Amino acid sequence: MEKKHILMLLAVVIIFAIPFLLYSGQGEEQGKFAGADASAGPVIEETGYKPWFEPIWEPPSGEIETLIFALQAAIGALIIGYFLGYYTAKRKLMRKTE
Amino acid sequence: MHIMEGFLPWQWCLFWYLVSLPVVVYGVIQIKKITDKNPESKPLIAVSGAFMFVLSSLKLPSVTGSCSHPTGNGLGAVLFGPAVTSVLAVVTLVFQALLLAHGGITTLGANTFSMGIVGPVVAWIIYKACKNAGLSLSIGIFFAAFLGDLSTYVTTATQLSLAFPIPTFTEALIKFMIIFAFTQLPLAIAEGLLTVVIFDYIKKLRPDVLEKLEIFTAPKAIGGK
Repeated sequence: MEKKHILMLLAVVIIFAIPFLLYSGQGEEQGKFAGADASAGPVIEETGYKPWFEPIWEPPSGEIETLIFALQAAIGALIIGYFLGYYTAKRKLMRKTE
Repeated sequence: MHIMEGFLPWQWCLFWYLVSLPVVVYGVIQIKKITDKNPESKPLIAVSGAFMFVLSSLKLPSVTGSCSHPTGNGLGAVLFGPAVTSVLAVVTLVFQALLLAHGGITTLGANTFSMGIVGPVVAWIIYKACKNAGLSLSIGIFFAAFLGDLSTYVTTATQLSLAFPIPTFTEALIKFMIIFAFTQLPLAIAEGLLTVVIFDYIKKLRPDVLEKLEIFTAPKAIGGK
């Protein structure tokens, strides 16, 4: 990994650390760290609109929701790691045989 | 950017389905064409989809104090174009709609339009423009992913304002932009950086495939070291 990439990843970490410093000590009771997708709901309902369709299935608890989100990330990371690892090994092998 | 299940009047659901469907169908045909021509590009399509899977599962905090998630649509758009990316977005959105009650089946058309079509189209155009302007590949990829992410959320805000122009379209747009677009700014920057990192990595490992996809022309002697 190049130095440029390490700096970029560091910048990503800093970007996501800033909100924790800005709103340190605050939580959901203060209306912080809630999802933007979900906050559109009440704004729409304020206009008098009633949703006409409910999700067929909902994760029954926060724990289950976390489980499925983690699963989603794991599946993605697995595929990326598998192929990039495969490519890396293949490249090394080809260099050796050359 | 997920419009929740049932949160669009049915006429709008139908409208966005009709707009998105031809693009997704064209994307499926494109995937077939690309993989027939370059079977080696198959894993990269999987990686682009997986990148979207990972990034859209991460709810990240923003300076506005609320959380949102990146889209991951820049990588696929740059590598394979917007139509292929729309198919990858459908896969991700269906997973989230069915298993997470995130987004929905009724709003799938609308969400595909923002994350799978407008975002990738913007990313693709920006990437091409940067390339034509002679800017470095990394800068092109960064702005492609950054603006692809941001335009996805601007699209969601616009879609909601069109469906709920209360009291007026402009006032609704301002309201939804504050919820979606402002929160998204730092996330979009991070997404731009992450996309550059993974793209550089792919470029280092498989310059041959990227060359076949006509993404860049490698310096003459490939393979050597």
